[in-house]
Amino acid sequence: MLVLGGTSDLARATCRAIVRERHARVVLAVRDPAGAAAIAEELRAAGASAVEIVTFDAIDFDSHDAFVETTFDRFGDIDLVLVAFGVLGDQTAAEHSSAAAREIAETNYTGVVSVSVPLVERLREQGHGTVVLLSSVAGERVRRANFVYGSSKAGADGYYQGLAAALAGSGIHVMIVRPGFVATKMTKGLPAAPLAAEPDDVAGAIVRGLRRGQEIVWVPSTLRYVMSALRHMPRAVFRRLPV
Amino acid sequence: MEPEQQLLSGWGRTAATRATVHAPDALAFVADRVDTPSPRGLIARGLGRSYGDAAQNAGGDVVLCTELDRVVELDVGKGLATVEAGVGLDALLRVLLPLGWMPAVVPGTSYVTVGGAIASDIHGKFRHGSFADYVDRLQLVSPGAGVQTLEPGAHADAFWATAGGMGLTGVITQATLRLQPVDTAQLVCDTERTADLDDCMARMRDGDHRYQYSVAWIDCLAGGGHLGRAVLSRGNHATFADLPPGARATAREYAPRTRLTFPAGVPSLINPLSVRVFNELWYRKAPRLRAGHVEGIKQFFFPLDGVRAWNRVYGPAGLVQYQFVVPYGQEAVVRYVLERLRAARAPSFLAVLKRFEHDSRALLGFPRSGWTLAVDVPAARRGLAPLLDDFDGRVAEAGGRVYLTKDARLRPEVLETMYPELARWREIRAHLDPRHVLRSDMDRRLDLTGRGRGQ
Repeated sequence: MLVLGGTSDLARATCRAIVRERHARVVLAVRDPAGAAAIAEELRAAGASAVEIVTFDAIDFDSHDAFVETTFDRFGDIDLVLVAFGVLGDQTAAEHSSAAAREIAETNYTGVVSVSVPLVERLREQGHGTVVLLSSVAGERVRRANFVYGSSKAGADGYYQGLAAALAGSGIHVMIVRPGFVATKMTKGLPAAPLAAEPDDVAGAIVRGLRRGQEIVWVPSTLRYVMSALRHMPRAVFRRLPV
Repeated sequence: MEPEQQLLSGWGRTAATRATVHAPDALAFVADRVDTPSPRGLIARGLGRSYGDAAQNAGGDVVLCTELDRVVELDVGKGLATVEAGVGLDALLRVLLPLGWMPAVVPGTSYVTVGGAIASDIHGKFRHGSFADYVDRLQLVSPGAGVQTLEPGAHADAFWATAGGMGLTGVITQATLRLQPVDTAQLVCDTERTADLDDCMARMRDGDHRYQYSVAWIDCLAGGGHLGRAVLSRGNHATFADLPPGARATAREYAPRTRLTFPAGVPSLINPLSVRVFNELWYRKAPRLRAGHVEGIKQFFFPLDGVRAWNRVYGPAGLVQYQFVVPYGQEAVVRYVLERLRAARAPSFLAVLKRFEHDSRALLGFPRSGWTLAVDVPAARRGLAPLLDDFDGRVAEAGGRVYLTKDARLRPEVLETMYPELARWREIRAHLDPRHVLRSDMDRRLDLTGRGRGQ
């Protein structure tokens, strides 16, 4: 499996859960290879048959074609790709600084689109594989509190919904994972939201979703109904909600 | 016919992948395909009854052989049938039985092709040989040697690498089968219920020699003192004298019909409750002992063929069939597997226990003298992977092996222990396919050919 954004807490927990069951070979694509060594060690101990670390920069768009080519040429067929990179950013800063807003949008949306194009191209050639996008409930109905992040996730989520339709019958399965609030280093310091989950909960839901061939996975699963209610709520009411 | 992009999966309906499917109807077209393969290689496919990923090739070519469906020559004096590789056993039985012949080995379904039967060196309820033991000659198209006719004696290496070779030595296009004479299309059967596993194994060990065919259906959910309780069903071909005079005129008729097709899109009906009810009924409906009743070929050999696409009962996530063999003396492994499956509440619709009294001569053949157990489990069952990995370890340690034709999840690490002839097979295979044109998803997963995983 190939993990884009291999040092994120969710990616780490998901890899652990997968290698525990399947002894997979894992390729961690990360911005800072030195920082992934400990994770590689942890995955080997958990049962991975091999762990490799490669350099990947989500916002160096021009490098993405070559990154995908070399990765597939070096490691052969890839059964599972986990698109896990992303930044939360600082909402207040992003509302007033174009550069801060751009960093969020470019990482979470443009970066995802940019690397997904060559990625899907290679998966089409090999005729099989699964792509998992770590999306977020924040994109389901964008809220005042984190709309820069939320809108970037909405974009990526939408792109993957379309991708799933485009890839029907191609042998490639697309799964979108929409966790709610998860206690990770990305959300450190933020107050926990209702229905908060742990990284291992997300990992468990992903493994279960893969086994069942699900297309959309909510974590926790009850969020599906909560978000469905929020999505249809009149704007006037929605704005008054403390969410 | 124009090649077509298709999603293919095995009978277990897990892990579908896309391939370019070619359906040649003559040898020359097969040879063309083998000469000009796609960069991701090719594999032959028949009726798609392999449970796992043996007959699919993601992103590459799949040579669908079902249009190579002619009976080439029939010698009703000697009992020899030369047929193209895509001929199905169902079609063959319809031709042969009225003439008083049938293949020596038939599996649990009649919907397999002769080519597939050879490439898997399939077995059935017959204990003394597998399919390739009754193949006098086969025609193989391989990238390394072109079109060749192989005989088990004169070309032992290539023949026994191809038999059981999972299609990775070439495309089988024709075969000559040595048939067995039968008086009728009926069997005289004895059915009995056994109290537990020991009782079942003892009855099979002591009584199987009286029967040509033997199989036990085990109730997987029975536990405690009833663990391994089973319905034992054994039989011999009926002679004319075995049948009442009125039935003799039609004794060789064989024209079974499939009455039902399992509908698509139904969610899985397999759960611990439904399986418990089914197994209980299956066990109860069988007589404690019923001797000498007459059953038709289909009823006896192919009971599940009556419902087309019965694999859909497992829902969209599909099923895994786990079949292994362990030598005599390792009965504890069979017991262990049944106990663990029951403890894990992994509902197995039907578990089948059989005995082999021969070793497959194929280098990667499955049958070995001993006990073989096959269980169906829903693929989406939680905790299934570690459970089966654990079984693999114990089977390998006991000198046994897992059946590749049923497999969709084995790990490459245990392959060499289970198949000690693997290195020799790879060597012979490399002569037939030096550039590694023949590839399948199974090869990619298990690195059967030894050319590197994922290649």
